[in-house]
This record gives sequence, structure tokens and C-alpha cells, in this order.
Amino acid sequence: MELTYYLVQNTLPVAVPLLLVALGGMFSERSGVINIALEGIMLFGAFFGALFVLNVQGTEMSPQTVLLIGMIVAAASGIIYSLLLAFASINMKANQVIIGTALNMLIPAAILLFSKMFFGSDGVTTNIRFYIREIPILGQIPLLGPMFFQRTYLTVMIGFILLIISSIVLYKTKFGLRLRACGEHPHAADSVGINVYKMRYAGVSISGFLAGMGGFFYSVGVMDANVSGHTGVSGFGFLALAVMIFGQWKPGKILLAALFFAFLRTLAYSVPLIPFLYDLGINQTYYKILPYLATMVVLGLTSKKSRAPKAEGIPYDKSSR
Amino acid sequence: MARKENSSIRDNFSIKKITKSKGFSSFTAALMAIFLGLIFGFIIMLVANPQNAFSGFRYIVLGGLGRFGDVLYFATPILMTGLAVGFAFRMGLFNIGASGQYTMGMFFALYVGFMWDLPGATHWIVAITAGFIGGMLFGLIPGIFKALLNVNEVITSIMFNYIGMYLVDMWIQNNSAMYVSEMTRTRYLPDSVQLPALGITGSNVSLGIILASLIAIVLYIVLEKTTFGYELKATGFNKYAAKYAGMKGKRNIILTMAIAGGMAGLGGAFAILAPAEIAGSSMTYEPINIIAANGFTGIAVALLGNSHPVGIIFSATFISLIQRGGTLTSLVGYKPEIIDIVISVIIYFSAFAMIMNTSIKKFLIKKLGIKIKDEDSESADLVDENSESEEVQ
Repeated sequence: MELTYYLVQNTLPVAVPLLLVALGGMFSERSGVINIALEGIMLFGAFFGALFVLNVQGTEMSPQTVLLIGMIVAAASGIIYSLLLAFASINMKANQVIIGTALNMLIPAAILLFSKMFFGSDGVTTNIRFYIREIPILGQIPLLGPMFFQRTYLTVMIGFILLIISSIVLYKTKFGLRLRACGEHPHAADSVGINVYKMRYAGVSISGFLAGMGGFFYSVGVMDANVSGHTGVSGFGFLALAVMIFGQWKPGKILLAALFFAFLRTLAYSVPLIPFLYDLGINQTYYKILPYLATMVVLGLTSKKSRAPKAEGIPYDKSSR
Repeated sequence: MARKENSSIRDNFSIKKITKSKGFSSFTAALMAIFLGLIFGFIIMLVANPQNAFSGFRYIVLGGLGRFGDVLYFATPILMTGLAVGFAFRMGLFNIGASGQYTMGMFFALYVGFMWDLPGATHWIVAITAGFIGGMLFGLIPGIFKALLNVNEVITSIMFNYIGMYLVDMWIQNNSAMYVSEMTRTRYLPDSVQLPALGITGSNVSLGIILASLIAIVLYIVLEKTTFGYELKATGFNKYAAKYAGMKGKRNIILTMAIAGGMAGLGGAFAILAPAEIAGSSMTYEPINIIAANGFTGIAVALLGNSHPVGIIFSATFISLIQRGGTLTSLVGYKPEIIDIVISVIIYFSAFAMIMNTSIKKFLIKKLGIKIKDEDSESADLVDENSESEEVQ
């Protein structure tokens, strides 16, 4: 039982960044723009979030307040960075995958450059503790309490709230319907007076918002609120893309996919704690490869019935047919 | 394409013709992307440390020229990864997995170098071939996934970057014949497996750069003079039309990705088998769970070279030049990472430099009344299209 609690407690802080970033990717792709730059946006958000934390740590502010403000800082910087993708792919009609790759390359280098020049290290190191030992009252519920409300981070709850908001926005609002129309058939959307460029900007900005926040949550939940230019977010942006495809561009399924991947990753890093797996004597590297390998298997199995937005990756040109 | 250029040169050689050709406009687009990238790098340097910005910038642009042997030495691997990306790009495939293929090729070459004992020159030849095979395997898998299961090659090859990196690091760390755990790096390779140096004083540039350039030319011939190359380009232009014309798309995808992977694998082999500066030592690999940067640099190289094998030779040399310059900037207090920033900005702009070129031209015509004969170039385009359709027939 202790082990189950441990795995759940450790899976959730890993699942939440994946969930948020995959939702971000979903908004962008549903509007018709492929967002490979999620990895870079995450790192950008995480970096500015961590810079904020570095500046306010040691002051009167309580850690949870710092987390909330840092989250907003990260989300705002994520939006700013995603605008670079939006400009290039919507206005300049550039190849979205190439732009994404460029944005992914830029940030680790920039972080390394500035951290080496100004901090003499590979990134930002903070010493604040966001960890919550137990949430009062809720933590006392038998079974559910230890799983969801003990030894956790505030990020987990925020993540689930944002999941609910995202599904409502996508399925229950006029905006969501228009956004989806732009990803499926932009010309049809344009013919009924929807501004495709504006909707795509909105889609990419939302993805920047969520990915920047997800990057900060990654640094909080996985890296103890530190950011390193070397390891970055260790491919979480790319995993989130896989989560999004596995989740078939739908919020509910994305949640399940994120939990699945996060569980695999947690398992890989807690092999020494699980006697059964440890006794098998398999090199831990194989477990580390597992999430990536699982992605391949899952994509191979689901690709036949893939429901990708029809117009994703194609720059919208009013005059084309 | 080549025939067309040849005939136009034969007909009447004039600068006007050249400036209106497609190759020229992609060349100016590349120049513009480079210019913007360097300017951006300069601004970053100004922000970071205003006093030394000018001398730092001079190092970036000119610093590498003093040690041109080294420039060629470090251009070799990125030339190969550039070919890996560019070759697949001609078919409309985005091979972002050059890093994984590069790492795998490097491991295969290392394995042959340490574990097999072969006489004389056969040793390095076999090691290079092993590198090719290693990279090919890792290109093959995304190719098969794309062709048979219709999984986007971008995601697959990113996943295989991680899988390859973890596997290679584990294999190396578990092999005491290759790995010195106290130094966290591989041992020095035996002399017999190192590529012969060209013997240029002041640098240890090896046979690798010559082999890499030859391979680029072979790829050019494959692309321009063979049926496979023609089918590959046709699929890149319009895959539905290619399928309609009876081309075997699935086979071509797998073959293209395998060749592309092999190119990156060769890059890894050339990088690790190159002799190092200090006598008796060789290049080493540190298994520290980081994805090889040369694979991503290959994307920049391919884009700048317009995915043209010969263009890639030049763009690889250029990128290597500013990389060498970038390492020199540490003399005035900057870090070599500045070059990665410049390179990513170059990629960013080169993705839409062509469009920017034409829109600037339009802007100039509109606002300043500068007369550039636009109708002429349009009709030239039409002629281009005609000649292409002739080729198809």
C-alpha cells in the first residue's frame, strides 16, 4: 500500500506538466498550427519562472504565493515566446516544423549563455520548497487523502482545474467551436466570417500560456524548482506531443495518456524501491527508454484511426483553393 | 534541373539570367538569414557585455579564418548530418533524428575500433562502414513507421534520438574495453582505426572532409541523374502526383530514410575516428545522457544549403567557421553558446527568407517606385515551369 501511495504521489507532479503542455499543443493544432516548439516554450517559461523565484526567495512571501505568481510569470513569458511561432507560421507562412525546431534550439543555448555569464552555472538554482507535506482536512480522507493530498505540490490541483477549463473552452464555447473549425477547414470558417489568422494566433497563444506554465510546473515538480540549460526539460515537450497524439487531440483522453506516460517515467526512476523489479536485474536504462518506446508502440497502433485536425501544418492562404 | 541550368548557360551567359534563377534567389535568401542571425547575435553580445561586443563579433566572423584546417575538421560531421537532413528534406521528410543516427553510427564505429582487430587500412574502412550501417538502422525504423504505419517521422525520429542516446550511453558504460569510468569518457582509439591525417601543418584535418565532400557529390548525382533521385524529388514536390504516376512511395520513403540515417551515421564515425590534436590521443565520447548537438546543427546546415548536396558543403563550412569563431569569443568573456543562438536564429529566418525576399522587393517597388522588371521574372518563372513539365514528359 505504501508503494502504491508512493507511486501515485510521484506520478501526479510528473503527469501535470505533460497534461498542460499536451493541452497546449492541442489548442495550437486544433487551430491548424503544428507546435513542435513546445519543448522550447516550456524551457522559456520555466527559466523566467525560476528567475522570479530566485529574486523573491527569502522574502516574506509564502512559498505557495511565490508558486502562483511564478506560474503567471511563466505563462506570460510562454505567450510571448509562442508569438514568434505564430508570426512565422501565420503571417510569413513558413514551415512550422522548421520554425519549431529553431525555437527549441534557441532557448537552451540562451539559458546556458546567460547563466554561465551571470551566475557561473548551467542554469538557475533556487532553494525554495514548494513541497506540501499534507493539505489540511483533505489529507485526512482515508485512501484518497494519502494518494492525492499528501506529499504533493499545488501544481497538481491547478493542473486539474486547467484541464476542466480547457475542455469547457474547447467544446462549450463559441470560441472553441471557431477554433476547431479553423483547424479542420479554414476556408469554410473564413466564408462565414471567422478571422482565421486571429483564431490561429489565439490557438498558438493559448498553447504558449499552457506550455510556459507546464514548463514551470516541470521545474517545480520534477527539478525542485531549478532550471538547467543542459538537461532542459528532458524531452517533455516532445513527449507531450506524443501524449497529445495518443490522446487523439481530446482533453479527456489526453489526461489518460499523460497519466500513462508519467507512470512509466516514475516507475523507471523508482526501480530500486520496488523489490520485484529490482530483483529482475534489468539495467535501469531500459526503464528510462520505456516512455519513448511506449510512445512508438502506441503511435504505431493508433495511427490508422488517427483523428488529426485536417488543416494542421498548412499555412492559411486566402486566395488558394 | 541541371540540364536546364546547363542549357541556359550555353544559350547566353549573362548576369541577368543568373540573378533571376531560382538558385540565386535561394542564395540571397540564405545570405539574408545569415545576416539577420549575425545581427541578432551581435545584439545579444551588446546586451550581455557592451564593451567587448565589437571584438567578440570580429572573432565570430573572422576568427575561424586563421585556423581553416580546424574549420574543415569540425565541418566534417555537420556536413554529414546536413546531408542526412537535406536528403530526406528533398522528399518532403523532416529527419529531425539525425542526432540519434549520428550517435548510433558513432557507437558502431567505436565498437569496430575497440573490439575488432583488423590489419592496416581495412580497420578504419570497416569502422566507417559500420558507422554507416548503425546510422542506417536508426534511419530505417522511422522510415518503416512512416511508410507502413503512417506515423509522422518527426515524432518517431525525436523518440529515437532519446532511445539511441540512452542505449549508446549504457552500452559504452558497460564495456570496460571502451570506457574509462574515472574519466567518464571512452578510451583512446588504436592508431590503425583513426582516419589518416592530411598532414597540413597546424591542424589535424583528416581524410574525413574529403570523403564527406565526395559523398555529397555522389548524393548530388543520385538526386539529379538517377531514376530513384527523380522519384524522390517528384514525391517531395507532390506525393499524390508521384503516386498517380506509379512511383513506389512506400519503398522510396524507407530507402530515403535509410540513406539519410546512413549519412548521419557516417558523420558520427568521421567525428569519432578523426585523429585528435595531441599525438597518441584520439577523439573521445562522454556518455552523459545529452543528445548530440551535431544532429541539430545539421538542420541549419541543410536549410542554409537549400537541401542541395553541393550547397551543403559550403553551408557546413560556413557554420563550422562561425562555430570556431564562437569558441574564440571566450577570450573576451563570452561563451561559445552564442553560436548556437546565432544558428537557431538563422534557421528561424531561413524558414521564411524566400518569402521575405519577395515581399521586400514588392515593398520597394510599391513605396519607393524602384523599377525592378517584375513581369520579366514572372515570365521567367513560367518558362521554368514549362521546362520542368518537359522533363516530366
